Amino acid sequence: MSNPENLKYTQSHEWVRTEADGTVSIGITQHAQELLGDMVFVEAPAVGRHLDAREECAVVESVKAAADVYAPISGTVTETNAELDGSPESINQDPYSAWMFRMKPDNPGDVGALMDAAAYQAFVDSEAH
Amino acid sequence: MTTLKQTPLNAAHRAMGAKMVDFGGWDMPVNYGSQIDEHHQVRRDCGMFDVSHMRVVDIKGEGVRAFLRYLLANNPDKLATPGKALYSTMLRPDGGVIDDLIIYFMSESWFRIVVNAGTAEKDIAWMKEQAASHAPNLTITPRDDLAMIAVQGPNARAKVWEAMPGSQELSENLVPFSAVEMGEMFIARTGYTGEDGFEIMIPAKAAPFFWANLAEKGVKPIGLGARDTLRLEAGMNLYGQDMDETVNPLESGLAWTVDLKSERDFIGKAALLAHPPARKLVGLLLTDRGVLRGHQKVHTAHGEGEITSGSFSPTLEKSIALARVPVEVAIGDIVQVAVRDKMLNAQVVKYPFARNGKGLI
Repeated sequence: MSNPENLKYTQSHEWVRTEADGTVSIGITQHAQELLGDMVFVEAPAVGRHLDAREECAVVESVKAAADVYAPISGTVTETNAELDGSPESINQDPYSAWMFRMKPDNPGDVGALMDAAAYQAFVDSEAH
Repeated sequence: MTTLKQTPLNAAHRAMGAKMVDFGGWDMPVNYGSQIDEHHQVRRDCGMFDVSHMRVVDIKGEGVRAFLRYLLANNPDKLATPGKALYSTMLRPDGGVIDDLIIYFMSESWFRIVVNAGTAEKDIAWMKEQAASHAPNLTITPRDDLAMIAVQGPNARAKVWEAMPGSQELSENLVPFSAVEMGEMFIARTGYTGEDGFEIMIPAKAAPFFWANLAEKGVKPIGLGARDTLRLEAGMNLYGQDMDETVNPLESGLAWTVDLKSERDFIGKAALLAHPPARKLVGLLLTDRGVLRGHQKVHTAHGEGEITSGSFSPTLEKSIALARVPVEVAIGDIVQVAVRDKMLNAQVVKYPFARNGKGLI
C-alpha cells in the first residue's frame, strides 16, 4: 500500500489530513501498523486537551507492544474516533481511513511544514538501514 | 553486528512471507501475517511451529536416572515407562531457576532433555560440571544435528499422520506427555500451547521436506508471537520472564513440579526448605480497558507485586497476565496495575486462562 499523496506525514509515523472545516485528522501510517502488528487497543487524547507539537498524546497497543502517538502540530483536540474502541483492527485493515483524533491547529500553516508522501517514504527507507 | 543463528527452516519461513526478528540471537519468524489469526488457527484447527532453536541434549550411560535425581527439582522416579516425559526445573544451590526443561525417559542408560534456546549453553555447562563430580561416566551430548517442529491444535495429530506415512501406527497410542522413536525421528505428544499435538525432532537435513509436507496438507505456519499468547493463555511459564535465576520455583507457580516429599536430595532442595515462599504467581484478568505487559507494578492490599508476562488474550478478547504477588493475595481480589500514568483494575484469577479451544475464565 502506498502512502496517499494528499496526506502529510511525521517522522514518528503519524499521518495528517486537513479537513474541509479546517481541523486535521490524525492516524498512524501503513508502515507503523505493519511494524506493530495486530492492534488490540487505542487510547486517544481527551477532547478539549491542548497539545504541543511532538507531545505524547495517545497510545496504540498491538498484541506485541505499546507505541506512543505524538501530536504532529500544536492545537486542541476536537474529536476522537470512538469506532476504534470496538474495532482497533481497522487500523491494520485500512490505516489511512482509521483516524484516531482530530485537532484544531493553533496555526494552520504548521501542517504545510510536515513531510509529503515522497519525503516520508524516503525517510522510512532510510530508517530501514 | 553479530550474525543471527538460523534454523534449517530459515529459507522456508522467508518463502512463506514470515516477518523475521532477532529472538535471543536466532533469526526467527514472529508471524506470517496476523498473529491473532495464527493464534485462533491453533486453538481451532492446527498449526506448525519451528522450534529448532531449542536444544536437545542426550544423557547416556549407566546411572543416568540417579544423576537426574540429584540434578533436577522434579523426581525422575515418576517415570516408569520408557517414552514417558516429565517437566522439571533445574536449580542453583540457592533455589534460583537455571532453566525449565522436559526430560524423556528412553531407557536406564538414555534420557533425552529439551532445554530453552537462550539458556542452552549455560545449562549444558552446568550439567557437565555436576556430572564431573557426581557421574563422570555419563556422556552429555547436545544434538545440534536435530531440528524440532511442533504441530499443535485439535487436528494436529491427524495432520502429522497424513504428512508422515507410517507415523500413525507408532504414535496413535501415545498418551499425553510421552514420546516414541521413529527411525531417526522422535515424536512426542507434548507442546507449549494448551492444545493437543506433537513436538517432532527430526534430522536437520530432513526438516525442510517434512515442513513442506505439512504445508501441503494444509497445516499453517505459526510464528513465535502466537506461540507466546498461546502459552500465556495456557498458563505455561516462560523462562526469563516468569522465572529466572533470581527466583525459586515455589514463587513461580511451579510447586507442582518440585518434589519435596521424597527422601531424595537434589540441588536447591535445602534452600527451598529453608525459605518458605513469600510470593506466588497468580493470573490477572484486566477489567478496565488496556493491555497488561511484563514489569508493570501490581498494587495489592498485601503489598506490591509485578507482572511477569502480560498480553492480549485472543481467545478471551481481554488482557491477561501472570503476576508475582505477596502470598496473601487471594483468587477474586481486585488489584491495581500501573499502566503508564493510570491505575487499572484487574481481578486475580486462577489460570490457565484457555485450553483445548476454550476460554476458562
